[in-house]
Amino acid sequence: MREVRVLEIKQSVFADNDQQADLLRQDLREKGVFLLNLMSSPGAGKTTTLMRTIEALKDTFKIGVMEADIDSDVDAQTISKSGAKVIQLHTGGMCHLDAEMTRQGLAGLETNDVELAILENVGNLVCPAEFDTGAAKNAMILSVPEGHDKPLKYPLMFTICDVVLINKIDVLPYFDFDLEKCKEYIHMRNPKAKIIPICAKTGEGIEEWSRWLTEEVTNWRRGKA
Amino acid sequence: MHELGVVFHIMDNLEKVAEENEVKGISKVVLELGEVSTVIESYLQNCWKWAVKKRELFAEAELIVEQLPAVTYCEGCGQTYPTVEYGKICPYCKSPDTWLLQGNEFNIKEIEVY
Repeated sequence: MREVRVLEIKQSVFADNDQQADLLRQDLREKGVFLLNLMSSPGAGKTTTLMRTIEALKDTFKIGVMEADIDSDVDAQTISKSGAKVIQLHTGGMCHLDAEMTRQGLAGLETNDVELAILENVGNLVCPAEFDTGAAKNAMILSVPEGHDKPLKYPLMFTICDVVLINKIDVLPYFDFDLEKCKEYIHMRNPKAKIIPICAKTGEGIEEWSRWLTEEVTNWRRGKA
Repeated sequence: MHELGVVFHIMDNLEKVAEENEVKGISKVVLELGEVSTVIESYLQNCWKWAVKKRELFAEAELIVEQLPAVTYCEGCGQTYPTVEYGKICPYCKSPDTWLLQGNEFNIKEIEVY
């Protein structure tokens, strides 16, 4: 019979990633790079919102964008039209990005002259919430057609986000989406979450979102946040 | 939904441990899984069965999952209660000022090696 040993590990499965994420955050702080992790389900409007955001802030900050998808480069091609620096990351079937992949992506962006780096995470409300990417702030977009009950169904995503953008408010009259109930559900999960209703298509609410982001980036770069 | 990614992540971690401890093979992996950790045991087991065939170190590795119940602590009255049944609002004093004491864990507890 072969000899069997037991090794005690007592380590969180995510410990390794959490450690790398903290290191990355520290590096970015020293370099003065603010990394925003943008998440949502597929089709909530991440790319359109990003286009609006770049348009609003391109004269304020040097912006770099990382597009993470399982496959294709359609999003990167769209973003490149905005004039921002953009690279496409392929996750090779993985449903999220982790800190190491984010670090590699940032290296590809050559972050030395980027002040605001935005990671467009894989469209998914489950997995990206579990993996800290090393971002300074987490943002998510919930769109009206998805329904106001999503904060109840995907609690972790809403718990880890600093800001929730409620997108496509122009179609509110056509859906049974209760904006006040939605805000209440988000605050049940995360009392500190900032909630901004927007319409990326018409530009409504983008000013408030840009103001929030400008303040966060400025504070981060001054070492205050 | 991300169980396969998680399985690869566990295997990557354990390959490092195996290297450090001069291990030939792993016969058992014991995980602690919180009730509200968003990882589903049956999916995890299925992914595990598929993934062990791809990595020599894990060829004979059995996956044992120990479930940890989710418990919430209430700042309002100092009592604890089962999270899944009552959610964010304390069933005793109705306070929303509560936090998860246990249940979000996803730990590698120990491994059996040869």
